Amino acid sequence: MGNVDLTEIPESQKLAYIAQQAADGRVNLEFETDEGMTLNIGPQHPATHGTLRIVAKLDGEQVISCEPAPGYMHRGYEKLTEVRTYPQVTTLINRIDWLGSFANEVPFILAAEQLMGIEAPPRAQYIRTILFELSRIANISLFLGDLGIQLGGITVGFYAFRDREFVLNQIEAVTGGRFHPNFDRIGGLKDDLPKGWIAETKKAMEKMRAFCDEVEDLLIGNEIFQARTRGIGVIPPEIGLAYGLTGANIRGSGVDWDLRRDRCPAGLVYDKVDWKVWTHPDGDCFARSWVRLQEVREATKIVDQLLDSIPSGPVMAKVPRIIKVPEGEAYVATENPLGEMGYYIVSQGDLVPFRVKIRSASFSNVSIVPWVCRGVYVPDVISILASLYFILGDIDR
Amino acid sequence: MIPLSSAETQVPEADASEEAAPHDEALEVLLARVSAEFGDAVVGSHIRPGQHLWVRVTRDAWRDAARFARFELACEFFDFLSAIDWMPSPFGRDMDSQEDIAVFGKPQRESQPQRSGYAGGDTRFQLFARVYSVSRHHGLIFKTDLPDDDLSADSWVPVYAGANWHERETWEMFGITFNGHPHLRHLYLPSDFEGHPLRKDFPLLSRRIKPWPGIVDVEPMPGEAAGEGGGEDEGSE
Amino acid sequence: MSAQLAVLAALDWDLPYWAVTLIKVLVAALLVPTTALILGIVFLFKIMSWMQSRLGPQEAGPKGLLQLLADGVKFLQKEDVIPERADRFAFKVAPMIVLVSTFLLYVIIPAGPDPAVIADLPTGIFFALAVSSLSVIGVLMAGWASANKYALMGGIRAAGQLIAYELPMVLAVVGVIIQAGTLNMNGIVVAQANFKLFGDVGPGIPFIITQLPMFLIFLAAMQAELTQPPFDMPVAESELVSGYQVEYTGFRFLFFFLAEFATAFAFGAIASVLFLGGWYLPGLDVNSEWFWLIGPAVLFAKIMLVSFLIFWFRFTYPRLREDQLQRLAWKWLIPISLVWLAVTAVFKVVM
Repeated sequence: MGNVDLTEIPESQKLAYIAQQAADGRVNLEFETDEGMTLNIGPQHPATHGTLRIVAKLDGEQVISCEPAPGYMHRGYEKLTEVRTYPQVTTLINRIDWLGSFANEVPFILAAEQLMGIEAPPRAQYIRTILFELSRIANISLFLGDLGIQLGGITVGFYAFRDREFVLNQIEAVTGGRFHPNFDRIGGLKDDLPKGWIAETKKAMEKMRAFCDEVEDLLIGNEIFQARTRGIGVIPPEIGLAYGLTGANIRGSGVDWDLRRDRCPAGLVYDKVDWKVWTHPDGDCFARSWVRLQEVREATKIVDQLLDSIPSGPVMAKVPRIIKVPEGEAYVATENPLGEMGYYIVSQGDLVPFRVKIRSASFSNVSIVPWVCRGVYVPDVISILASLYFILGDIDR
Repeated sequence: MIPLSSAETQVPEADASEEAAPHDEALEVLLARVSAEFGDAVVGSHIRPGQHLWVRVTRDAWRDAARFARFELACEFFDFLSAIDWMPSPFGRDMDSQEDIAVFGKPQRESQPQRSGYAGGDTRFQLFARVYSVSRHHGLIFKTDLPDDDLSADSWVPVYAGANWHERETWEMFGITFNGHPHLRHLYLPSDFEGHPLRKDFPLLSRRIKPWPGIVDVEPMPGEAAGEGGGEDEGSE
Repeated sequence: MSAQLAVLAALDWDLPYWAVTLIKVLVAALLVPTTALILGIVFLFKIMSWMQSRLGPQEAGPKGLLQLLADGVKFLQKEDVIPERADRFAFKVAPMIVLVSTFLLYVIIPAGPDPAVIADLPTGIFFALAVSSLSVIGVLMAGWASANKYALMGGIRAAGQLIAYELPMVLAVVGVIIQAGTLNMNGIVVAQANFKLFGDVGPGIPFIITQLPMFLIFLAAMQAELTQPPFDMPVAESELVSGYQVEYTGFRFLFFFLAEFATAFAFGAIASVLFLGGWYLPGLDVNSEWFWLIGPAVLFAKIMLVSFLIFWFRFTYPRLREDQLQRLAWKWLIPISLVWLAVTAVFKVVM
């Protein structure tokens, strides 16, 4: 142990050290293999949406215990934020949940705004909320498709990829980026909406509602799907809360809790629209999937209402060009597509944050996997992982 | 389009609201309950009206604080647990490349005083964790100081099962051990990784090799006074 | 037209036994890859992409029709990788066994009246059911020999599944056999040509009218035998990463691929013969020599119809779990087929 002071050693050795650290991308697990068969699900496996490794100990097809081993994609964002100015940080945190990138930026920006004591103009708040919900729709529609792929019905996946394009096109029209918009600024937004965007978005929302109906017909209502998901991976609400489950995962367990409604941070305008938080009492894989489906429908409604009532005005408040955040601490969390995502920012009045703790949803959501996967069959592990819905970048920040 | 509001009208409003709401009754009631339970074990507190309550407890009361929050305050939702290294970074903002050092020599950094955040702090390492009550809609952020010679605290896993991974991450990132944790082992890093990356004295390797262009590249915008932005930036280093 | 009749006539009378056998073997050897290609292109590429609202392959050949040929060439070029700890002999033999079982299935499929079948066995359907089970051995060998846990699980799942679904399949076939009174494939076709529901009037009716539950059970069992969704647990891509095929590359994988689609075609043919009247077209005289000509076309059309059903299910349904699959076989398909068998037997005796 001991920290290497790299300023003292020559260049060539430094590179060798870095290369060795990079090549040593393995995670060792102290895992007994005396009885049963140890099955490595991952790091390269279609069910892990990336490079998550799940080590399962099997007895026949039954899982005795299983242990996720993340870290194959850890990028050290909490450390990297400490050497980047506040506006630069949004570029990084876009990559945390890469399917709903815009939603990642918002809580960080809101936390910085809170510390600086500024507020974005109303129009910016509306557009922010709209884009937030659009990224939610883009994200969860892919979840619905992926759910089908994981359970063997690949057609839904193609429908999801097809219809997600409508939303991505709208995001691209505003921000110029399909996956990583980097559009949110402290004090507002980079730009206003382009011409004709509101009408186009309304059409896209119609298409997404049709997509939801299609998924409900093809997948959620399917008897085989229900046989595979009902009663599988039941998470009681108190266990889920102790593990820090958020979002649709905890609403699928019957906990009526949505940060958009219950703790809407200043800077988002969810209180101005009429929508419903769906819950499901069962707590199984089906409940989680169903809640997510309803969430997409509600999100399209939110977007429609916001588009109707969007005020005019500037999209950027007056902020200093060199952004220095006053000393203080702030924790702002929003209801992201995957669940509660928050940034605990400690500022010491500098250009860069002193410490940023990224509270990402998937990290907590996946930490329940060892608890919920005991005694299930191998195919159920796939159902549970698919219904818990994690994005790997959201676990390995 | 007629602007309904503008940036000029927004900023004073925000200022006014900050001055107008100096206290938050719900959080004060909560603080009173925690203080009544723990008495002297509460060594610091801070309220940010409408946002959060910070409570700093002694290290001995760390797990009791969790138990009290969960069973008495109904904070059944475990949000996160992590740590802060309050030591000022010996590398500054890590903007110097090896080339710079070779040409200009190693810059002498004045030793900055160690500061701490809300609810105070005495030592270098501080644990913090947030819990929340979904049913009663209140939550609080606990903090505790860890002495430098004994970086350990009681584990929260017996109270909140979800603290498991958070404590493993904190252990490998800061080197803080948790007594009573079922199995502290590496979560993200390879098991033979040396050092604790989120400590301030752990160098950010990529930055040591190559300068980050963004942070030094502060040029005045066209039409703006040259000294306005740049001077401020340089003064803060 | 007349030339073809002449060939058929020559097959029947003039050529020596060895020449007839050679021609038949060549035809079978040609049929297996061709039919696999046809099914692959039509269903896996074209119908699938149409159902999934995408374009599918577009570049190779007109409208991408030659894509599968290009893929085949690609497979042949690939390196033949055998895992270090694999049982090399079993690993190499396994795909061949699977393919041989497919070849043997083609032997008894009648494309027309007698000479248009490679071997017109008196116990044709019995033979078909027997050799179709051979592939289990190959699959189990592949799973075991690959020295891979996923492959092993896939192989064992496949064995359990194929054995479980043999039974409903046999029972479904038995219903037809009882009604036709013969095990001979051509005999079953002729029986359907002569089968009249109401007295002696009207055209011959395919057995699907009377054996509809058996047809559906046969379809389900066929789907399971072919390891296609919703019964594709042995190769489940998102769980077992292609199961017993996971370690195979190049032409060995191509063998599995060919066997899968050619078996689908063969089973489609068997289903058409058993339930849809085979090469017979209702309304025509079953003894007409024209069936040597239009028989293959009629059979092909029926096979494509059945294959469409198979692949329609495949592209639509999610995957069942292994225990749910066994439950479906033992608790639903087998009892239903037994009941229908009893009903068929009673009617056979009464009528």
